[in-house]
Amino acid sequence: MLGVSKAFPGVRALDCVDFRVQAGEVHALMGENGAGKSTLIKIMTGAVRRDEGEIRIDGRPVEINSPGEARALGVGTVYQEVNLIPTMSVTRNLTLGRQPRRFGLISWRTARSLARERLKRLRIDIDVERPLGSFSLAVQQLVAIARALEDDTRVLVLDEPTASLDADEAELLFQIVRDLKGRGIAIVFITHFLDQVYKIADRISVLRNGRLVGEGATAELPRLKLISLMLGRELEETEERLEALPHGAKGEPILLAEGLGRRRVMAPFDLTLRPGEVVGLAGLLGSGRTEVAKLIFGAIRPDSGRIEVGGARIASHSPGQSLRHGMAFCPEDRKAEGIFAELSVRENIVLGLQTKRGWLSRLSYSEQERLAQEMIEALGIATPDADKPVGQLSGGNQQKVVLARSLVSGPSILILDEPTRGIDVGAHAEIVTLIRKLCAEGLALLVASSELDELIAVSDRIAVLRDRRMIGEIGSGDVTRETIIRTIAGARS
Amino acid sequence: MTPGSNVETKTAALRPRANTETAALPQRLHGLRALAGHRAIWPLLALALILAVDGAISPGFFNVRIVEGRLFGNLIDILYRAMPTAVVALGMAVVIGTKGIDLSVGSVIAIVGAVITWRIHSGDPHLVVLMAALAVGVLCGLWNGFLVAVLDIQPIIATLILMVSGRGIGLMINLLYGGTNPSFTSPLLQGLSVGHIGLVPTRIILGAAIFGALWLLIRRTALGLFLESVGGNSAAADLAGINARLIKYAAYVICGFCAAWAGVVLAADTHTSDPVSIGLYIELDAILAVVIGGGSLSGGRIYLGMTVLGALIIQALTTSILTSGLPPEYNLVVKAFVVIVVLLLQSDNLRAALSKGFTGRKR
Repeated sequence: MLGVSKAFPGVRALDCVDFRVQAGEVHALMGENGAGKSTLIKIMTGAVRRDEGEIRIDGRPVEINSPGEARALGVGTVYQEVNLIPTMSVTRNLTLGRQPRRFGLISWRTARSLARERLKRLRIDIDVERPLGSFSLAVQQLVAIARALEDDTRVLVLDEPTASLDADEAELLFQIVRDLKGRGIAIVFITHFLDQVYKIADRISVLRNGRLVGEGATAELPRLKLISLMLGRELEETEERLEALPHGAKGEPILLAEGLGRRRVMAPFDLTLRPGEVVGLAGLLGSGRTEVAKLIFGAIRPDSGRIEVGGARIASHSPGQSLRHGMAFCPEDRKAEGIFAELSVRENIVLGLQTKRGWLSRLSYSEQERLAQEMIEALGIATPDADKPVGQLSGGNQQKVVLARSLVSGPSILILDEPTRGIDVGAHAEIVTLIRKLCAEGLALLVASSELDELIAVSDRIAVLRDRRMIGEIGSGDVTRETIIRTIAGARS
Repeated sequence: MTPGSNVETKTAALRPRANTETAALPQRLHGLRALAGHRAIWPLLALALILAVDGAISPGFFNVRIVEGRLFGNLIDILYRAMPTAVVALGMAVVIGTKGIDLSVGSVIAIVGAVITWRIHSGDPHLVVLMAALAVGVLCGLWNGFLVAVLDIQPIIATLILMVSGRGIGLMINLLYGGTNPSFTSPLLQGLSVGHIGLVPTRIILGAAIFGALWLLIRRTALGLFLESVGGNSAAADLAGINARLIKYAAYVICGFCAAWAGVVLAADTHTSDPVSIGLYIELDAILAVVIGGGSLSGGRIYLGMTVLGALIIQALTTSILTSGLPPEYNLVVKAFVVIVVLLLQSDNLRAALSKGFTGRKR
């Protein structure tokens, strides 16, 4: 019997969390972004040191201060991104850092047989001399598991092992996981795919905001309950529906997507948007919200389906094309995809219109200044002047600058991916007000958000996503927390 | 200067004061601080200092005379000799602005020199030769752009290919006309390089013209904004609808053109095609000029004027070492030392540390 438990406040990343894994079980660790899953894993594997609490293996308190110590204690980890070296052979990847030596030199022959042996444990038979990168992602993932598995491994941590695998590949992985389970190894399994949890896990622990909010056998934790735990509301809570929005104008769809999709990224989906309408994209983390938004904007090139804007088909789909067709996109990750930190607020804002106009018809300085000032006032961007580099503003203000950039081109379709992430309450309200005003003027809006309340507050319709598939649409009048959660859970409860 | 000082005063006014003593300081100090904060001030000071030292050790350093109908003197000489490097550095500044780098400029110069000699030996009209030379530079830029923008090879590797092969290509072109006598004379090309219009050397006028044209292209169209966006955050630029690939192409083509112009000047100056040594290490001087001018290799900003200033500093150093009577062997090491000082002065970390020590002492 083997139990790991620990507790520690302090950083607040984890607040007195107990986590117990038993030998020979697959234990799913669930939670939304920032729930503390990674921190917990990192403590378990020695990448981060805990502040408080204790870790026990087989009832015996242990200290894990480094990944090496974790390994010595029998805790193996496979991280989310395959952290192997694709250009090296499978042998090298499997023996890196612990090459068998002979007379002080590496004995590659021993290394090869060692590698084969490791793979045999997982019943994989591949050419160990080929570079790892020449195998499919699934095989790479298995090699990563083989590397993490030692003879004496007691606990194996798999952090999102199936994130980039398709259904068949995931099934292959699960067979091996079941096999390992049969050998008495405890497996901690982190994923965002609900179906997979119910397929493979014996027990589930749910984290939210650094606390353990639920634990139990999979059979006793139905989907509905699990999702409620993850999102942090009980369904019994009073449903307060925000005041119905005055959405009138419907008419002809301005945006029409048919069978739009991309292999491994998002299953084909249909979506329509009408002027003045707000459509929300709901789903858990990793369900494909951002992917839908980017496919529609052309930032991810679709490999199937078609898209029409205002009746005209967009042939070669790219962000530039979308922009010229009157779309604008406000990305989720503002640091990586939104702001130009060195450029000024003014330059960041006018870029939205300038790209639409092309490089030859430059906006004059006074024009730029006027547009920037207009946006700074309209969105309440806190900056001493428009010439300040955006990198020096606060996160919320940076988000507003990105929003300003997408608005300045005067779009008829606006796609917002997590529009209020990292924004304080006041700014949040301002942005919601602005969105409503724009919709009243006939703007069609697609909002992807992890905040259900926010979606419910602004959306006319909500498209629900699960496991990179659009699984349903909830029409106006029916948009409540309960219907959404039920749909995510798969309409059974 | 005015926009800069505006920013400074406004931010200063908004920031809560740490102590009342500074709050009581007169407005003039804000102006001074704004001046100290402006990015041009340190390179300008460095240049002034170098020239002042020159003036002190060799009297008459600043004299400008008219000899044989043209201006003559150390200052003119610095401008004259700095021009090829300055123009190459301008192209480099554009490429570096897109988070790239072009190591092949020296080799482009070698190819251009070889092409000029070859075509003149083949008897082409010299104007056609000039056009061909510039076209070759553009072609080289297209090649680099293809490797970087289309094949997505890291710029330093991509341009290394042409850097290594370019001088060999130059030698092979020399073989096209036998390669026995790679010298040439051309009134047109030598006029562009060593001639003068009125009192002023032609290459200075042309260098200024290229600077002006580039400035118009970058700052009077939106190209500059697009270049800087791509350099600052390529992913965000893509999402903003900028064709990052095309923009990178443009940068390398501009850089290739600038290098070709320098190739014309340098080849005409030496009257020969010497692919092995023409423009040797000019890529390093050009990169240095961009960096002295405040450009960051992490991209996102293009400072044309400052880059020219950087090239002038490098040349002023070389000239002053020569005129000061120091053995020329000292040249490279002294140059490195001064460059480090200029870069340290621009370092935000160092400045923060210095000003901390400064205010600490005041209290």
